[in-house]
Amino acid sequence: MSDAKNPYISQASRSAQAGDGITRRDFLNEITLGALGIAGLGSVAVTYQYFSPNVLFEPSTTFRAGNPDLYPVHSVTFLQDQLVYIVRMPEGFYAVSAVCTHLGCVTQWKPDADMIACPCHGSKFKGDGTKIEGPAPRPLPHFSISLTADGELLVDKLQNIKPAQVLKV
Amino acid sequence: MATSFQSVLQNLRETKVWKSIFRRGPANTNRTRSLAVFGNLFLHWLPVKVREKSLRVRASYYLGSISFLLFIVLFVTGILLMFYYHPATPHAYRDMKDLRFVVSNGVFLRNLHRLAAHLMVFAVFWHMFHVFYRGGYKPPHEFNWVIGVVLLLITLFLSYTGYLLPWDQLAFWAVTVGTNIISAMPFVGDKIRFLLLGGNIVGENALLRFYVLHVVILPLVAFLLIGIHFWRVQKDGGLTVKPKDDDGKE
Repeated sequence: MSDAKNPYISQASRSAQAGDGITRRDFLNEITLGALGIAGLGSVAVTYQYFSPNVLFEPSTTFRAGNPDLYPVHSVTFLQDQLVYIVRMPEGFYAVSAVCTHLGCVTQWKPDADMIACPCHGSKFKGDGTKIEGPAPRPLPHFSISLTADGELLVDKLQNIKPAQVLKV
Repeated sequence: MATSFQSVLQNLRETKVWKSIFRRGPANTNRTRSLAVFGNLFLHWLPVKVREKSLRVRASYYLGSISFLLFIVLFVTGILLMFYYHPATPHAYRDMKDLRFVVSNGVFLRNLHRLAAHLMVFAVFWHMFHVFYRGGYKPPHEFNWVIGVVLLLITLFLSYTGYLLPWDQLAFWAVTVGTNIISAMPFVGDKIRFLLLGGNIVGENALLRFYVLHVVILPLVAFLLIGIHFWRVQKDGGLTVKPKDDDGKE
């Protein structure tokens, strides 16, 4: 039976099939799928928000490292609580991260070999964080270091600075 | 002795309670045996008949069954360990120590869980290699092969999330290293690490998230996929049997 003779196809849908627009069924299907799609995307968004914590109970990333006189010239001092090396050279102070740039292990300062070594996968760095050998992809970053009003060293681990920037005291 | 046991069984089968549970009579013909399998929730996804050669040791070395058995062992021992374990600091490490030195038979359960986990990774890999070298991934088994690969990944995720729970140095550094590998992913790596750890450091949030993944989410997904995996073996026509084993004997 051709569509023209089929009594179950209304005049409206027949004209729709002729190209005047879409059928009511297709229209409702598209509206429903569109609404479900928007609701689905919204669910993904709010689930993502839910799993992303707004308040963290983590140690502060800014800390005081004490009076500059604590650190002799030509010294590398490891601060275990902060995982930072405070390095004092004749030109000034800088703070080097003690966390290996490879996979996040804590490195160790080896005074005898005059280098920083990672126990996990054998990366080696110079005292200023420059890479000697891998697998670490990058040198150890330098953190922003400054003096507080009362003359103590202040390190901000969220701010990386260029290795050339040293704090002259 | 045998007759008295059989008469007891016969009497039991005629009770109203038995008949309300098992609606069929004894499975003594092929038809009633098939119906017994079809009509049982725990058996209905298994085939009602198998070829004898697919039951030979050589056909599968029972590696899939061994993996499943180990999964059940891990499920039961894991639930028992949960009765003494708090996923919080500093309790987690102390609870693990208590399980080893204070709780009666705790060290047995913990080691059973740990060793079964090691064995399961081994068994699942061996199962995969065996299926691969048998050509078990070929049509019509492609979909079940993919399910199997996902199950392998879930086994590894279960091992990895379980590794953090003792909260010792090994656990801490393994997860530190592992999540730093994730952050090496371009663009989304750091975000995924943040969501997985619930923060920037491997701390209390990370322990809780790994615990929920380990004891709820991953086992649920594993159970679902294991069900599909077993069901598909039947629907795809049973195990792959090598032509040289196919001596025509059913």
